Amino acid sequence: MSDVQSDVTRFLERLAERRAERAANGPEPTWIAARRQAGAARFEALGFPTRRDEAWKYTDVRAIARGEFGLAQDAEFSKASAAALTLPIDAHRLTFVDGVFAPALSQLDDLPTGVHLLPLSQALAENHEAVGGPLGRLTGVEFSPFSALNTAFMEEGAVLRLAPGCVVEKPIILQFLSRNGSQPVMSHPRILIEAGGRSEARVIEHHVGEQEAANFTNLVEEIMLDRGAILTHYKLQEAPIADLHVASIHVEQARDAHYTSFNLNLGGGLVRNDLISELNGQGATANFYGLFYGQGRQHVDNHTLANHNAPLTFSNENYKGILDDRAHGVFNGKVVVKRDSQKIEGYQSNANLLLSDRAEIDAKPELEIYADDVKCSHGTTTGQLDADAVFALRTRGIDEQTARGLLTLAFAGEVLEEVDLDAIAERVELAVAGKLPERFNLAGLVEAAVALGDE
Amino acid sequence: MASQEMEQLVRRDYKEGFVTDIESETVPPGLDESTIAFISNKKGEPEWMLEWRLKAYHQWLKMKTPSWAHLDYPPIDYQSISYYSAPKRDEDRPQSLDEVDPKLLETYEKLGIPLHERAALAGVAVDAVFDSVSVTTTFKDKLHEAGVIFCSISEAIRDYPELIKQYLGTVVPVADNYFAALNSAVFTDGSFVFVPEGVTCPMELSTYFRINAANTGQFERTLIICEKRAQVSYLEGCTAPMRDENQLHAAVVELVALEDAYIKYSTVQNWYPGDEDGKGGIYNFVTKRGDCRGDRSRISWTQVETGSAITWKYPSCVLRGRDSIGEFYSVAVTNGRQQADTGTKMIHIGEGTRSSIISKGISAGRSNQSYRGLVKIGPRAKGARNFTQCDSLLIGDTCGAHTFPYQEIGNSTATVEHEATTSKIGEDQLFYCQSRGISEEDAVSMIVNGFCKDVFQELPMEFAVEAEALLSVTLEGAVG
Repeated sequence: MSDVQSDVTRFLERLAERRAERAANGPEPTWIAARRQAGAARFEALGFPTRRDEAWKYTDVRAIARGEFGLAQDAEFSKASAAALTLPIDAHRLTFVDGVFAPALSQLDDLPTGVHLLPLSQALAENHEAVGGPLGRLTGVEFSPFSALNTAFMEEGAVLRLAPGCVVEKPIILQFLSRNGSQPVMSHPRILIEAGGRSEARVIEHHVGEQEAANFTNLVEEIMLDRGAILTHYKLQEAPIADLHVASIHVEQARDAHYTSFNLNLGGGLVRNDLISELNGQGATANFYGLFYGQGRQHVDNHTLANHNAPLTFSNENYKGILDDRAHGVFNGKVVVKRDSQKIEGYQSNANLLLSDRAEIDAKPELEIYADDVKCSHGTTTGQLDADAVFALRTRGIDEQTARGLLTLAFAGEVLEEVDLDAIAERVELAVAGKLPERFNLAGLVEAAVALGDE
Repeated sequence: MASQEMEQLVRRDYKEGFVTDIESETVPPGLDESTIAFISNKKGEPEWMLEWRLKAYHQWLKMKTPSWAHLDYPPIDYQSISYYSAPKRDEDRPQSLDEVDPKLLETYEKLGIPLHERAALAGVAVDAVFDSVSVTTTFKDKLHEAGVIFCSISEAIRDYPELIKQYLGTVVPVADNYFAALNSAVFTDGSFVFVPEGVTCPMELSTYFRINAANTGQFERTLIICEKRAQVSYLEGCTAPMRDENQLHAAVVELVALEDAYIKYSTVQNWYPGDEDGKGGIYNFVTKRGDCRGDRSRISWTQVETGSAITWKYPSCVLRGRDSIGEFYSVAVTNGRQQADTGTKMIHIGEGTRSSIISKGISAGRSNQSYRGLVKIGPRAKGARNFTQCDSLLIGDTCGAHTFPYQEIGNSTATVEHEATTSKIGEDQLFYCQSRGISEEDAVSMIVNGFCKDVFQELPMEFAVEAEALLSVTLEGAVG
């Protein structure tokens, strides 16, 4: 008990130091101080979750709780290595290094009219009242100890506002770089997206970093989609293998708003995602696509929740997991249909492949339904590749292991074929192929594909 | 109004239970060590049994009421419950069917229950029912010949202490959960079945036959052991609405199957569900678990749950033996304000173990129903296989149906599948039936029966017929 207490105290001490540093920079709006205070109080009261908490039953966060994390003071990052890590996509880009905004690595020129993309610190400095309303409206301090902790530390992040009817051609990249420093650091970024009526954009959230880094990112994202807004949200997780990552993504959808999430998880040592969508208006549609690949001792925990608060709303979910070595995957999908939310369709599907006997998957697809005129289903499978399919490939002269490799790749492909940005789909497919165990004999194929890409 | 009368009936009996009994025959409400000593003494139990009970009691004191289930009920005051009351004497019971609530009889009529059984079910004094007495004796002789032991658990503790010591509490340990610990401390009755090696029990065993020997208890304890290559089919409960004066029920059922043994356990539960506001219904907190200890053993649970205000029940299988098989077939129907949180656990430990789960939930009225299940594949369970299907049917827009399946898979050769759907009765299905001259209510009942067919066909013949009738009675008034 005292141990747990000291973990919380350590984080709170760090917070006190940060508060003192900030005070030296001059006064801030009182509402921010009050909210940070509320976050700190809530975090102190809750402490870190343990495996006795239902929502954390399969995920042990002691690696985070016991960590000695500092706070990054600057955003220095070698341009060359940053360039190597950056997605080769022509896009508008905001870059953060260990949570600190890096103007030199960002690309904010020629933003189309109607698009406001800026770091949270700047948004607060320019017009803090415009931020104060939406910030924390969807993800309050009550949501989890981590959202409380994030609120206690909140100061930096990304703000994206789309004017009504504004259609953004180029994707918008929010890049989070993790640095290998003398001491591990933590960051608590906030992402705030407000999409006006009938606006349309693609946002790529990219987590990547230096190989040896071992930092902790605690992200809170709030996404508000007004009538008819369309947002495609890619979360490409390629963080270093020792990075710790907790994210709470909360989406609110008004009438006819479409939200599509691609949660593509390849990196990170301990990753926990909470993705929640509030379908508040008729015709609102949420698509959750996910692919996670775990190897070594990676731990990936995906929690999703579709809240059907209004009639005629639709949700569709497809998560696929491939786990090798001693990796541990968790899938917890939930569909809730409120009373009187009739004519709902909610579908959930989760399929997992275990490549090793020491890998583990814990799946919990839930339905909570209070209306009768609904079509809801969920299916989850964990098993092996179809023996007939393996056989079919072998009759074509492909050896068994290669056949298994190809079919595993095809298994991941079912999610990737929904991705409309080819650059991302190809990148992930190649990464998966490269990660597959050697016995699958795909190395030659991967090399050929890379060579093809380089030409 | 029917339910009000029924409630009155229930209450009246409850009062009588205290007033008419001589003081030495009852124990005042409350639970402490002396209550447990009293129960143990009353049952003529040996010293070790009392110690066992006290151990459970001390564990129970340290435990908290589980709150994870999707149920809503006021906290239970365990000190206001009387933990022992002697079986009712014959002169306190209704003397003939004429004294029984006509509404109750009407329900029996609808269910097609034979006349002499109606009397037994309504709690009419036993000696008025000679038919079933003679039937019981014939059965006992036959079982004795086969070498099957079938008696109340109290008798078993006295007569077969070695078997009890060897098996009791080995499947559901005393500290397994809150209600199991409570049951272990205060259980007063239940059944004991022992089928020796190589014996196939010559008939289906049922608590039904035992009903005259003793009242089914509030804290029932059942232990069934099947030795190598033995087989038994056991039926618990009955389709008729059970009159019961106790609101809280916490039963424990333990099944042990050794090599090549097969136990089939079927339950039909139809306790009083409470009135329209859910008042007065039975709280049913049951721990049921089967242990497939031997290779190639098989345990099959079939349940039809239609009664009780609250059902908290997860019949489970621990698949330890190589190639052992666990099965779970369930139909749960809730209406009015009933709440049911039920499902199963399949724990695959041994190689080549297989399990299948078929769960059908039907919610109507303002009821809420949850399927909660766990499929766990241990690292040594090579080639383990599970198939789960849980379907929910909603009737009306004020009820709820929920699914909380857990899968924990730690072996790459395992194949685990889970499917769930939630829907309502198709309007085109209803229309089709009605266009053929079938009334709406009959059509609904027909469709629901079809929906449950996969489970009903697992039930023993006579149960299956009654279960179908029961379903339509439970869903009465749910349409329109």
